[in-house]
Amino acid sequence: MNWKIWSLKKSPWVFHVNAGACNNCDIEIVDLLTPKFDVERFGIKLVGSPRHADALLVTGVGTRQAAIRLREVYRQIAKPCVVFCIGACACGTGIFHTGYHVAGPVDQIIKEVDPNAIIAYVPGCPPKPEAMISGIVKALSVL
Amino acid sequence: MAAIFKANTRGKKMSEALESLFWILIFPGFLLTVAFGLVASWIVRKVSALVQWRVGPPLYQPFVDVMKLMGKEILIPQDAQRTVFLAAPIVGLSGVLLLSTMLWRITIEPTKPFVGDIIVAIYLMVLPSLALILGSSASASPHAAVGTSREMKLVMSYELPLVLAFVVVIIKTAGLIKSEQQLDLAAISQHTLVLSISGLLAFLAALLCVQAKLGFVPFDIAESETEVASGVIIEYSGALLAIWKIMQMMMLVVLPLFLVMVFLGGFGTKGWGLVWGIGKYVLVLVLLILIKNTNPRVRIDQAMKFFWFYCGAVMAIAIILATIGNYYGIGWL
Repeated sequence: MNWKIWSLKKSPWVFHVNAGACNNCDIEIVDLLTPKFDVERFGIKLVGSPRHADALLVTGVGTRQAAIRLREVYRQIAKPCVVFCIGACACGTGIFHTGYHVAGPVDQIIKEVDPNAIIAYVPGCPPKPEAMISGIVKALSVL
Repeated sequence: MAAIFKANTRGKKMSEALESLFWILIFPGFLLTVAFGLVASWIVRKVSALVQWRVGPPLYQPFVDVMKLMGKEILIPQDAQRTVFLAAPIVGLSGVLLLSTMLWRITIEPTKPFVGDIIVAIYLMVLPSLALILGSSASASPHAAVGTSREMKLVMSYELPLVLAFVVVIIKTAGLIKSEQQLDLAAISQHTLVLSISGLLAFLAALLCVQAKLGFVPFDIAESETEVASGVIIEYSGALLAIWKIMQMMMLVVLPLFLVMVFLGGFGTKGWGLVWGIGKYVLVLVLLILIKNTNPRVRIDQAMKFFWFYCGAVMAIAIILATIGNYYGIGWL
């Protein structure tokens, strides 16, 4: 297997983006990265800059304003990378699907920039940290 | 006849150059220090994990991190100053590389002719911080600009107590070493200076300065992830970021080794000396990790006040004690 993909699987550095979420999923992501759930054993580390990241944890339905910024952030990630849609809103607009502020679910927004983007979905409202870990590990194992 | 003579000296210079290149790049320079740096970086993460009652990463994690960074693309911001942006990590790496080669050569073969003394070491230790400042100021990002100013202020603060600590060392070894070897690291590392009051104070101050130089909490002000989004290295990605990470790993080997040589009596190379030397190095490393895990990050003005007024005052007292001890011949002062 390609050494780049292998090392990406062993050491995914995450960057968290809030694309118009109610903050519930963001709280769960933040507590996922605390010592209690110990994601460092998978090599997962929170980084402060999208240029350092391998995985984008996107929460929230993509609002019109956030969609523009989300595309900018995606362009700034060094490829190869993975996008994780966390929560029901990010996976498919959730309860906001007829809202006036919605610019499409996150995967539609990302695919406008990069049609070949690798996107994984972790549903839940909010998803439990254990579900998020399971989702990330499963997504990395099929890369 | 003259032609054969010239050819011989040319061949000797060539083999000397190749030998130096071997020292710098393979043993004991780059490859050895990077290998130890990967293990030291893993020790830092594993001990931090154990202190926080969790499991922590596997042994190959730092290696995989660097490998992954090598495989990613390099993105350069449009407004960045390209030459400085690309050259800064390489300059920093070369500084650490030369310092590590010098320290390992002095440890392994202390009787070799001049490789470097304590002043060259202080000089080379500044290069990585300087390269970080240059690289981040070439990044054309407001976050990087904040990180640059903080890193500059931090370097200005901790360089003073660090150099004063080494002045204490030189004063204390004044009576014990021949005067032409005064600055020689091999001669200084024969004496355990931490067993005296001024030596202990100097060791503690130097330890905190090394903590700041390595960019560890409580002094990781320049690279604070949550405040300035990784300030100084925010725009670096791919192989350039890998060079910064390798540089930090090498500094994790070189700086505690330097502290061991100057304060704790050196790093032996045979038998029990080697075990004892490794024990001293691990002790310094664990002290750095424990300080890192039990403290919050301080603000830049708190850090400046701490280094200049508190560490500086303590170093002044240590210098006075060392001078008195040297003059009256009291060993434990």
